[in-house]
Amino acid sequence: MNIVVLAKLVPDLVEELTIDANGNALDSSFARLIINEFDDHAIEQGILLKERGGGSVTIIAPDAEGADDVLFTAAAKGADRLIKIKGDFSNVNNHALARAFAKVVSGIKPDLVLTGVQAHNDLDGALGPLLAELLEMPYIGYVSAVSINGDKVLIKKEYPGGLLAEMDVQLPAILGIQAAEEPPRYVAVSKVRQAMKTSSIEEQDASNLDPCGGSAIGRMFQPEASSHATMITGSPDEVAEKLVGVFKELGIV
Amino acid sequence: MIVAEADRSFYDRVLQATPEGERLRLCLECGNCSGICPFGYLMAYPPSRMIAMLRADRFDKLLEADSIWMCVSCYACTAACPSKIPLTPGLMASIKEELVLAGNVPNELQNALTNSQRYGNPLGESPRKRADWANRIAPEVKIMGKFKQPVDVLWFVGDYASYHPRVQSTTRALARILNALGVDFGILGPDESSDGDSQRLAGEHGLFEMLADKNGKAFGKYKFNQIITTDPHAYNAIKNEYPKLGISYPIQHYTEFLAERLDQIKPMLKRESKAKVTYHDPCYLGRANGVFDPPRALIKAIPGVTLAEMLHNHTNSLCCGGGGGGMWLDGFQWEKAHVRLSEWRVREALDTKADILAVACPYETPRFEDAAKTVEGAAQLKVKDIAELLLEAMGI
Amino acid sequence: MTQDIYIVIEHLRGQVADISYIMLAAARELAQSAGGNVIAVLLGHNAKELAANFAADQVIYLDHPALADFTPDAYQKALADLIQKNQPRAVLFGSTSIGSDLASVLSIRLDLPLASSCRSFTKDGKFVSQICGGKIMAEGALPSPTALVTMIPGGYKSEEGKSTQPPTLTPAEVPALDALRVALKNYVEPQAGDVDIAKEPILISVGRGIQNKDNIALAEDLATALGGVVTGSRPVIDQAWLPSSRLVGKSGKHVKPKIYFTLGISGAPEHVEAITDSDTIIAINTDPKAPIFDIAKYGVEMDLFDLVEVLTEKVKQAK
Ligand SMILES: Cc1cc2nc3c(=O)[nH]c(=O)nc-3n(C[C@H](O)[C@H](O)[C@H](O)COP(=O)(O)OP(=O)(O)OC[C@H]3O[C@@H](n4cnc5c(N)ncnc54)[C@H](O)[C@@H]3O)c2cc1C
Ligand code: SF4
Ligand code: SF4
Repeated sequence: MNIVVLAKLVPDLVEELTIDANGNALDSSFARLIINEFDDHAIEQGILLKERGGGSVTIIAPDAEGADDVLFTAAAKGADRLIKIKGDFSNVNNHALARAFAKVVSGIKPDLVLTGVQAHNDLDGALGPLLAELLEMPYIGYVSAVSINGDKVLIKKEYPGGLLAEMDVQLPAILGIQAAEEPPRYVAVSKVRQAMKTSSIEEQDASNLDPCGGSAIGRMFQPEASSHATMITGSPDEVAEKLVGVFKELGIV
Repeated sequence: MIVAEADRSFYDRVLQATPEGERLRLCLECGNCSGICPFGYLMAYPPSRMIAMLRADRFDKLLEADSIWMCVSCYACTAACPSKIPLTPGLMASIKEELVLAGNVPNELQNALTNSQRYGNPLGESPRKRADWANRIAPEVKIMGKFKQPVDVLWFVGDYASYHPRVQSTTRALARILNALGVDFGILGPDESSDGDSQRLAGEHGLFEMLADKNGKAFGKYKFNQIITTDPHAYNAIKNEYPKLGISYPIQHYTEFLAERLDQIKPMLKRESKAKVTYHDPCYLGRANGVFDPPRALIKAIPGVTLAEMLHNHTNSLCCGGGGGGMWLDGFQWEKAHVRLSEWRVREALDTKADILAVACPYETPRFEDAAKTVEGAAQLKVKDIAELLLEAMGI
Repeated sequence: MTQDIYIVIEHLRGQVADISYIMLAAARELAQSAGGNVIAVLLGHNAKELAANFAADQVIYLDHPALADFTPDAYQKALADLIQKNQPRAVLFGSTSIGSDLASVLSIRLDLPLASSCRSFTKDGKFVSQICGGKIMAEGALPSPTALVTMIPGGYKSEEGKSTQPPTLTPAEVPALDALRVALKNYVEPQAGDVDIAKEPILISVGRGIQNKDNIALAEDLATALGGVVTGSRPVIDQAWLPSSRLVGKSGKHVKPKIYFTLGISGAPEHVEAITDSDTIIAINTDPKAPIFDIAKYGVEMDLFDLVEVLTEKVKQAK
């Protein structure tokens, strides 16, 4: 089983986000990047599949600050091959990214491609289904369990309210992982360091970054905080009094 | 036998893990360590039995039992051992490391370690906000990277002192005291990373080295004469562990630094207090590093204050439960023990009839205040850092 | 080429999803600026009656056994055919387990532009998307010729997408649905046996701010005093501080209580989308910038640990 996992970096929401001077994109010079958390789950799911049924896991990430760390960390978890796509990916949309990935992925001829179901900064759809259609592979998102079954995979797809649908998908296919079957494992720093010594990152050039199919953003802004809530202030005692007043108004006490 | 081979290599590794690791061979099987361990009664293999298991080539058994995550690295066993075996930094940390390398880490601890890797602090806060606690202090606290001039004293603030909202008020108190004393000091701010000591004792040695390396580079960028710190864990790391990595600077805990200036401080302590104060020796200031007197000297310098000792004090002090990763195993240990060491300690404080439980470690104020909420009769007990007591007595 | 706004109706096992009504309401706003009709697209099998309360000018109905339950392949084929033939001004999909499997694929297949995570439309027909955990809004002109849009809840009330007047239903031809690569095997039910939080009128909902499992007791006490039930955000359920049946949000239950009282919940979109139908949201949070305050009716900027016990006492006294 030749498994490919796509990982991208997104702005870390622990930091304050800023809008760039043009007012229509995030200021990428100021953002600190972190692996998209769903991609972290996709990596874990890929490694779990390999541990259960063998095969190889290739991780592909677009170049960005921190991409090497993401790749080596995946190697420390058990990934076999690391590929970094070179190019300027700051403020590139998912349509362009998907086209860049398509070229690299098709060269690998994978049986199964895993990626995070979404990223918090997606503005033109998630990466997985865009790539799937470019490669003419079937796609299912919101997946939280995967088992390989010959030339098919049996997956569990999440619906609201805890309902799951079991679906059979013909391989090769792309899955958008919502949650791995186990939470992403911890890798000790020394293991990552070891991986840096023993594994290497292949570099491939992104051909053209064609954003066609995305939507132009005219303006980005930060929503006004606390614009709707009426703030109740005072000491805990006073606040509690006022809240009881609200409960009375609503007829529940 | 493959297992025995693996065990051998582990045994050897423990022997080499600390400079005095060879002493493990000297274990008398007296059981002192297990007897004094605050969680020993909950461990399938308390320290002495761990050694016995290792000698019997049953390391696999040790890894299976999760006893080791009950260890809060309090140094009590190490201090009690007649053979002077470095149990806490040697055996305990090595077994934890084995589990960390296998990726077998309780969830909470995993989060703290991941955060430390990613953000340089276990709380997962933005490193850019590390100096935010100092925002409203006048005269301004100098951040070395901005100030770009030598200072006399570099203050290594530490994680919880920088970010934890409760501890920030202690941190601000110390900043005001240093200002009042006219100390020429600066902080690293965003250049400062976690000292890494608790991560090391929780078994993540590689992470410790990475963090130490970052701090070493930050120290190297600036000019100063000495380091002081608010955090006993940072104190322990910079004093005892960083030098092994070639990072050597003179360091004092802030209580040592202030105690040396008592002559200058005493006339400033104008406000009399009638409080009875008891003092909790932090494991990594007291037992691990022998700093017992300076904190006490500072407390006694406050006019009107009486100092009462708890049943366990000095070398015998009881751990608050936060050290060596305990801060990040709270839920895990609670599941197993359904008691908290901090609660035990608060009860001892109550027994002294003290009004105030004085502390000198940033883990402790939140832990003891939390415990005081649940321990019966502790509602009146105030938990204060020594810096806060001094500032109050100065009336500034 | 028309100015009509299409809405891809989502339904699961005989139930129309709330997002469908929200999109119908959104489409009405968009249709006004575009100057077209609101047209619901219903894919299913023997599912006509689902359309009875759609606030739409027309319902296009695609009936086929392969469309009875959602599978990405069959739905993509049927929709690609329809969109290509009719060329509406925009097609709205839910930013959901169903809609997300469709919109991106169709964007590539039909070479049509896509805008995702749209929360509302402006009066002049621009889309406004919410990203980065609710911290950033992005606005843009509705792309041409046919804009594919995935929508998140929050901008419109589902009530506005319902009507008592049944709309006209127009069956449409379904293309051949063969060579399907995905097959539905069966559904797996969530474990039953607990309260149904979707039906409870008073919910005390705890988030990561509650810090640990022990502290859940604080919320339980308040809930008991108020006659309500404790629910939680995903981090709380992930750590097993509450059973999974108590999860509110995108991957949990949508709730519509009289009072939704949050303790230490930040208000991430995946959580918020499931609570917008609540009558009154009250939020306690230490962070004045927490997005939960944007949708709460009342807010308290305070450490929940300072407030909750006091409040529980006062409620008991008031009863
Ligand atoms: C596909 C998908 C599905 C998802 N499904 C769901 C879902 O179904 N349900 C869900 O909830 N989430 C879901 N999420 C996760 C969601 O994005 C958020 O991560 C989550 O809702 C955050 O939970 P929280 O508000 O409890 O935690 P946080 O975002 O960490 O917020 C904690 C809040 O508590 C406040 N706080 C801290 N201490 C205190 C204190 N002492 N007193 C008062 N306030 C305090 C903080 O200021 C903060 O605002 C989903 C995400 C995705 C992408
Ligand atoms: S360090 Fe403390 S907790 Fe750990 S084994 Fe020794 S006595 Fe027990
Ligand atoms: S106290 Fe020291 S000598 Fe005694 S059992 Fe423990 S390790 Fe061995």
